[in-house]
Amino acid sequence: MTEMTDRSASTATSGGPVIDARDLRIWYGTDRGPVKAVDGVSFTLRKGEILGLVGESGCGKSTLGRGLLGLLPEGAKMDGQLRFNGEDLLALPKKQMFAKRGAELGMIFQEPLTRLNPLMRISEHFEETLKAHEKRIGKAEIERRSMEVLRLMGIPPTRFRSYPHEFSGGMRQRLMIALSLVLRPSFVVADEPTTALDVLVEAQIIRILHDLRREFDTSLLLITHNLGIIAEACDRVAVMYAGEVVEIGDARDVFAEPQHPYTRELLRSTISLASTGLNFIPGAPPDLVDPPPGCHFHPRCPDAMNVCATTHPIQREMKNGSRTQCWAADLRNGYAQDLTPEQTTPLSREEISVADEA
Amino acid sequence: MLTGLISPFRRTSGMARWILVSGLFITGVFIAFALFAPWIAPYDFNQQTVDGVKFDKMAPPDGDHWFGTNDQFYDVLSRVIWGARTAVEVVALSVMFSVVIGVPLGLLSGFVGGWVDRVLVFLMDSLYAMPSLLLAIVFSFLLRGPLGGGIIAAALSLTAIYIPQYYRVVRNTTVSAREATYVEAARAIGAKNGTIMGRYLFGNVIQSVPVIGTLNAADAIGTLAALGFLGLGIQPNEASEWGYDLSRALDDAAAGIWWTTVFPGMAIVLLVTGLTLVGEGLNETVNPALRKRRLRPVQLPPHEPSTYLAEKDDTRFAVGDRETVEKRDER
Amino acid sequence: MSAGSGSLPRYILQRLLLIIPMMWVLITVVFILLRVAPGDPVSAAVGGKLDEEALDQRRAALGLDRPLYVQYLEYLGNVVRLNFGETISDNRPIINIIRDNGGATLTLTLGAFLFALLIGIPLGLYAGRRRDTASDVSIRIFGVITYAAPIFWTGLLLVILVAPTGWPTFDIASPITKFEVEPVTRIILVDAMIAGNWDAVIDILQHHVLPCFTLGLLLAGVFIRLVRVNILQTLKDDYVEAARARGIAERHVIRRHAFRNALVPVITVIGLQVALTMSGAILTEKTFNWPGLGTQLVDYLTARDYAAVQGIVTFIAIVVVITSVLVDVLNAVIDPRVRY
Repeated sequence: MTEMTDRSASTATSGGPVIDARDLRIWYGTDRGPVKAVDGVSFTLRKGEILGLVGESGCGKSTLGRGLLGLLPEGAKMDGQLRFNGEDLLALPKKQMFAKRGAELGMIFQEPLTRLNPLMRISEHFEETLKAHEKRIGKAEIERRSMEVLRLMGIPPTRFRSYPHEFSGGMRQRLMIALSLVLRPSFVVADEPTTALDVLVEAQIIRILHDLRREFDTSLLLITHNLGIIAEACDRVAVMYAGEVVEIGDARDVFAEPQHPYTRELLRSTISLASTGLNFIPGAPPDLVDPPPGCHFHPRCPDAMNVCATTHPIQREMKNGSRTQCWAADLRNGYAQDLTPEQTTPLSREEISVADEA
Repeated sequence: MLTGLISPFRRTSGMARWILVSGLFITGVFIAFALFAPWIAPYDFNQQTVDGVKFDKMAPPDGDHWFGTNDQFYDVLSRVIWGARTAVEVVALSVMFSVVIGVPLGLLSGFVGGWVDRVLVFLMDSLYAMPSLLLAIVFSFLLRGPLGGGIIAAALSLTAIYIPQYYRVVRNTTVSAREATYVEAARAIGAKNGTIMGRYLFGNVIQSVPVIGTLNAADAIGTLAALGFLGLGIQPNEASEWGYDLSRALDDAAAGIWWTTVFPGMAIVLLVTGLTLVGEGLNETVNPALRKRRLRPVQLPPHEPSTYLAEKDDTRFAVGDRETVEKRDER
Repeated sequence: MSAGSGSLPRYILQRLLLIIPMMWVLITVVFILLRVAPGDPVSAAVGGKLDEEALDQRRAALGLDRPLYVQYLEYLGNVVRLNFGETISDNRPIINIIRDNGGATLTLTLGAFLFALLIGIPLGLYAGRRRDTASDVSIRIFGVITYAAPIFWTGLLLVILVAPTGWPTFDIASPITKFEVEPVTRIILVDAMIAGNWDAVIDILQHHVLPCFTLGLLLAGVFIRLVRVNILQTLKDDYVEAARARGIAERHVIRRHAFRNALVPVITVIGLQVALTMSGAILTEKTFNWPGLGTQLVDYLTARDYAAVQGIVTFIAIVVVITSVLVDVLNAVIDPRVRY
């Protein structure tokens, strides 16, 4: 085991997981029926751990991230179980949830350009945030604490009273991070924090996020579609497809030996210096209103068998603690021996295209 | 062509359709008034006597005169109905004139480009910056001499206000159509530039002109009444006009004579509202982006047995079995 | 310090310089319309009262016998020096008309904006916040009707309603007050205050209520619509969600983020509504017999006095152009986003 995971494992022993999510569902209604944006997701996050959440756009990863903070799209419903330091968040009254948000649960967004109120000075953003959670905080204390995090993020104190539009994109993202850390939340969701930034700034932000646990002991859910970032910064990784976590485990294990064909294809499609051609996964992400029956990935899956088109696979835990849901992986690992030869026959092409169209 | 006219109607739903239908209904009633005024109105618009007996002056509403009579011994109801004819005539003419002048100017500006375009844009923008009533006042003041105070003069005065709007839309569409053909030309070596541009232009103009047209018509009703109120519109002996009637009602209002004010004004409000509703309804169907995505309440089906596996658990099989999983997928 | 704020003066200068060509075009358009158009101004205004020889003398005196381009250049030069010419019918310098009657129009429009903001902003905010509820729908219908109703009709209805109470309506609105006050600024409200005549101030304010409210209702419809749409937009903005994610209470998010940001474009719209307000003011003045520029304009229109109409229309157009540009500049000062 690496030093990184050792440490997170040791901190976990000091208490239960920071986040314990079981069977979370977040659906929202449209004219065509409910969108199953998050459909039965379970995971845990330990203290000081960074969990990467990866998947294509529209797979529900952003909805999940917001849902953990209780920020749901209008008209959405959420159920399942969500424990934060042992406390059931879904059972919390609205008011207490508000108090938790920002103070204990933080959020960093994708677009730093639009996330700051253009009419408010940076100082006003900090003042507002601190006052919302600590009613009797004084002016000097606000300034002291804001300056402290700003310094950590490398923002010169002279810029404290500037307006958001006076900063560059990378600086704005650091401001956003500073703003979500000023209350020292123990859990932070970072939703594609670097997507809108250029590569050099991206590296800088990732370093900052990676160092958070040293400074603040923060647990981080890092949502991204960039596998490079996961490899660089995360202890564990969860792969999401069509509202479900199809594989979750230690980042090194998952990358070295992906169990789910989707994870494998995702890794293959990543461009690296070594790759000779451009790999991509054919087909489009499924419609979350009416996902394909059986395994949601089967229309695009190169390993698909007949059973995949009819029956949803079951989540199973590997010996190394990874978890996946895939019939092919089951067979490989000696599970699901009761499948008939008819069920394990590779899915024929025609059926793939039909399923794809449906 | 007919299906083209009906299609925006079919594409509507909910609120947009409701707006469109109620707008069309109100407008339709007034158009019916305009077309059939002689048969609908109990009297002529400048009739003061019936069977040689003069009407009462400023008589309150009663069985003979549902809306009462005014200070000129006229029947208010008849003047309101005949007023619809005047309003519809003037507004239809002015919208037609502005389209006929504004659209070619826009095309010219967009096609020719260069200084012609720049001068026209600047001129139109300046005209647009003028208070519209002031512009209409100046024009009706000028046209009073050569054209008299008739329908045509009033329609032309209103036309001046609305030309810039059609000009702007058509000019901008033409410019973007030209840019679009550059792209096409690079691909197809300019084979069918005219066709592409024509289709593009036609598509965009045919979409926006009806919306602008109805909204302008609504505005024009108000401006026509304003001109009449200021004594600059239609001459009272030529036709019945709501704005003029309201200016006559000025002296009555403080004396508590309400019927000469309420009914002509009501007619204006209703027709303007009707036309606005049609315009807004059309706009929402033409620009679906304005529509709000409707949210349906979600019912989460009851929780199935957990498929969760605690990471420390040594269980091999998840708690759920395949049948429940299949059932979930059917939903 | 930042790239943004440095260009504010340049932005302002750009906007201010734009006034010149816009004014030039407007002055020219009005000149062309009223001087080149067919018809003889002198006989139109005083024809019938004078014989042909006297008419010729009047034409010569007004310089109307000279070539058009000479008249045009002279007119331009005069307007630059704030000389808008003289009326034909009663030989009054137009600048005097503006001086004597402009004040009444100014207080009318300012009062109207006050009412419009007081009515329009709260209703717009409320409707936007309670989207698609019964109160939202009623507020929107109210907005549509106040905008659809001709302003003189609204005014007349208010007169019918209010007259029985004895509150000052149009028949005693002119002059605005029965009190005599020394003309200093010729804005009668200000003059009454300068004179310390508080009875007059109260009387003047009472006379203002109905006309200002009438004109204000028209503008309120515009503000309701605008503020409501802005609120719906800002509530969807990213920084509002970000503020919620920081645990800022919903009440505070609405007030500090959504409302505040929704109100900024109102300033721009005030600029765009100056033209509408001037149109409305002319009608309101006629309705309430208000001694402002609009009433003067209508009187000279009836007298078919080309010079007076030209002068007053030019002045109003200039006021509209300058106010809209000034509002733009004000907007740039208030909203830090505009200045780059």
